[in-house]
Amino acid sequence: MKKSFKIKLLGALALLLFALTGCSNVAVLNPQGPVARDQYHLIVWSLIMMSLILAVVLIIFIYVLVRFGRKNSKAHDPNDTGNLKLEMVWILIPVLICIALAVPTIKVLWGLENPPEAAAKAPDSLSGKTLTIDVTSVQWKWLFRYPEQNIETVNYVVIPEGVPVKFRLHAYDAMNAFWVPELGGQQYTMTDMPMQLWLQADKAGRYEGRSSNFSGRGFAHMNFQVLAKNSGDFDHWVSNIKENKPTLTMDKYKELLKPSTVEPTEFSSYPKEIEKNLNKAQMEQQEKGEPVEQRHWMDNHHHGDKEENHEEMDHGDMDMSGHENGHDGEEGGHDQ
Amino acid sequence: MIENIKAFLGDFFVTGDPMIYGADVSIALASIAIVVTLTYFKKWRWLWDEWLTTVDHKKIGIMYIIAALLMLFRGGVDAILMRTQLALPNMNFLDADHYNQIFTTHGTIMIIFVAMPFIFGLMNIAVPLQIGARDVAYPYLNALSFWLFFFGAMLFNLSFVIGGSPDAGWTAYAPYAGPELNPSSVGQNYYYIGVQISGIGSLMTGINFLVTIAKMRAPGMTLFKMPMFTWSILITSLIIIFAFPTFTVTLALGLFDHLLGTHFFTIGGGGSPMLWANLFWFWGHPEVYIVLLPVFGIFSEVIATFAHKTLFGYATMVCSMVAISILSFLTWLHHFFTMGNTAPVNAFFSLSTMLIAIPTGVKIFNWLFTLNKGRIEFTTPMLWALAFIPNFTIGGVTGVMLAMAPADYQYHNSMFLIAHFHSTLIAGTVFGVFCGLHYWWPKMFGYLLNEKLGKWSFWVFMISFNVCFMPMYFLGLMGMTRRMYTYPAGLGWGPVNFIITIGAFGMGVGFVIMAWNIVWSAIKGKRDTTGDPWGGRTLEWSIPSPAPEYNFAHIPKVTTRDAFAAMKEDKKRGREQKPKPFEPIHMPNNSGIPFIMSALFFVAGFGFVFKWYWMGIPGLIGVAICMIARSFVYDDHHHIPTDEIERTERATGRLS
Repeated sequence: MKKSFKIKLLGALALLLFALTGCSNVAVLNPQGPVARDQYHLIVWSLIMMSLILAVVLIIFIYVLVRFGRKNSKAHDPNDTGNLKLEMVWILIPVLICIALAVPTIKVLWGLENPPEAAAKAPDSLSGKTLTIDVTSVQWKWLFRYPEQNIETVNYVVIPEGVPVKFRLHAYDAMNAFWVPELGGQQYTMTDMPMQLWLQADKAGRYEGRSSNFSGRGFAHMNFQVLAKNSGDFDHWVSNIKENKPTLTMDKYKELLKPSTVEPTEFSSYPKEIEKNLNKAQMEQQEKGEPVEQRHWMDNHHHGDKEENHEEMDHGDMDMSGHENGHDGEEGGHDQ
Repeated sequence: MIENIKAFLGDFFVTGDPMIYGADVSIALASIAIVVTLTYFKKWRWLWDEWLTTVDHKKIGIMYIIAALLMLFRGGVDAILMRTQLALPNMNFLDADHYNQIFTTHGTIMIIFVAMPFIFGLMNIAVPLQIGARDVAYPYLNALSFWLFFFGAMLFNLSFVIGGSPDAGWTAYAPYAGPELNPSSVGQNYYYIGVQISGIGSLMTGINFLVTIAKMRAPGMTLFKMPMFTWSILITSLIIIFAFPTFTVTLALGLFDHLLGTHFFTIGGGGSPMLWANLFWFWGHPEVYIVLLPVFGIFSEVIATFAHKTLFGYATMVCSMVAISILSFLTWLHHFFTMGNTAPVNAFFSLSTMLIAIPTGVKIFNWLFTLNKGRIEFTTPMLWALAFIPNFTIGGVTGVMLAMAPADYQYHNSMFLIAHFHSTLIAGTVFGVFCGLHYWWPKMFGYLLNEKLGKWSFWVFMISFNVCFMPMYFLGLMGMTRRMYTYPAGLGWGPVNFIITIGAFGMGVGFVIMAWNIVWSAIKGKRDTTGDPWGGRTLEWSIPSPAPEYNFAHIPKVTTRDAFAAMKEDKKRGREQKPKPFEPIHMPNNSGIPFIMSALFFVAGFGFVFKWYWMGIPGLIGVAICMIARSFVYDDHHHIPTDEIERTERATGRLS
């Protein structure tokens, strides 16, 4: 009995050490950006508190087993029915621990709503200090659209180092989740609700990203790479794509929307049409010439990002929105 | 014509995979073997009279447990197949479609067709005996619950060979599970309908046990004198009654999307895929406690029995279960923190989830302090109960880590999550039902399971469980997500996965040893002649093993907690009550209707799976006819005469 628990304890400690030394394989414990770092600190804090609790439980557990195992149980007291004072101790201490965990949880939670602090100068090809990328998950690939640069990549995304990047997340068909563990936690992509996620990379490098929500046959291959480049390299990459790569035509885009796995690729421009972020059902309606239904209630959602939230927007003015789900300018399409 | 038939059969039966053909053959052979054996030994009559039509809670409990063990085997084979596929990077043992179906059936079967029926089986056996009752409040309904579960499970399992299994995960998230992305519908229909049929049975079990515990306790057994297991079932029944209707509706809406072209969870037509997640988890989170609270009850019984001490902090134990049951309805959203909730919403659910840890922690410490000042006896059931404490605590503390929303963004859907809920569901539910199985086995069958084999199966299973799931936490932190049928080399995941697979096979070995123990003990097991092999403290140990049909020849009078322990104490002091004369015992009659009605549910369900309304609708009409027929049964009870009681009691040595 005792022996096995000792072995287990040693094993757990060894694994803990292995993890906390920041082995680069353990992506979540190897944060490479401010978002992941905030979450990492939270994880380490919770790990410390939880190890404490586990240690207390194990110590009492081993103590009672050793002391009251059958042979040496002289202190047997069958009428020990309870002790309210003692019980209050293990009600109140967990309450304190919960508070100690809840405070930083809430702090980080609110912090994640805002862009992280930029650590480097934004590249010239960005109009602002942040970069916005529209992400669309399709069975079984990731489409990345740069609305400011007017380029599109598939299954890889390039971002400038040290600059906050706002990923606006959409799904064309199945639900997926957009996760780059070294840069920060995930968010779902959904057909009925655009979401956003701020990420930022400390330094140039290559980070693995993948979908973490099951979406069908090709799900396991639904990974992508995030390449962080310094501002000069980023500008160079953008202009290179614009000059040397093919344009994304509507036909080609529709080809991409079919369920398949594809190799990483890139396009020098894309049809404005696709900024409507139509989902599969809306796309099919449009193909049939039916009015595309649109939902206001979904757009009410915001992440402290008021300028995105233009409900009363002019429907004809699609070029600026790029985010509204399924405006198509027709009066009939306005029903819910 | 022949071409058409060929094409139909090709779609109807799952084809093209040698393992499926193997399964087909073994199912056919097993069925033939069962039919031949029953015919050869002329046991059909016996099967019908003694088992298929029984309304005896003990027999129903045994059938629940047999079915749960069979399903555990099936779910375990699923797990082993998955782990074999993941043992090495880029394995080609299973293809994506097959793997997706297997993880879906693994999850669904383990939760709906193993955890729930195993617990229902144990509570069927123990609760009426613990409260000094002769059966449950609604014995006929109880039989119906069982057969609905059984036929629901059979329907779901049929998908493996006929039509194809669902592949959207046990959570069946829309829109992937919906008709737009899953147009064949057959597999998904199996899920909605199979789980639905069984779920109706679960809801009825909840009602049945609530009434049983509320109304049928022995005289003198006030609520706060009930055994802790009975308390846990009372609270579980309430959770079932509040949670399952949601699930019933959710499954029905999902099915309507496929069958009737409605748009509840679809991408188009105004459907909301997120609504599925909300509704599913509004049932799904309480469901976690439906399968956990009863094992908390089992551990409370077993730890008190083998520490030879009364439970520490009885009132606190009850209060913490009540607190857990209330909180369990306030945490469902933590299953999708990453689905775009605003910060205040996530903050609320982070806090409510953390709060659950407090009553759970209280229980852990109360168990530890029950052991304190005890005289601990390391029997097999006790080993399962003791192992639960540290292993479940690991699952519990990682649960608190997952409760912190921003950190959850990094854990969600990763192997870390998988490790967490297996730590709680295996170290909690599975250890718990194994514990209960060994503990109440003599009461069910009249002999004990072998201790040596029991301990072997415990150690092999428990150690393998840790080999399997401890590394999985790190795999999650390394970025591996759940439901990946393969993964590339070079990410460092390979060795960790290999260790996990070894653990999975080890758990399989542990299960096989347990199965062998059951077979061995059935032949050579030690008889339980006293009815009280463990020195029990509650009323089920006051009657002979196996319990006679009517349970208690005299309904006991209860004055304290641990009623039987007190009776034994009284006896020692010579204050035993004189036996009164027997009176005829009023018992319910057997009925074939629950079996027939559930079989018709199966027929109807099978029809709806394939959208064969010509089969589905008559099936449902048959169900209605069964209900009507039942309402005309007036002769539904009989009395056991006193001489028969006397004979039975004498045979068990209770009369001298």
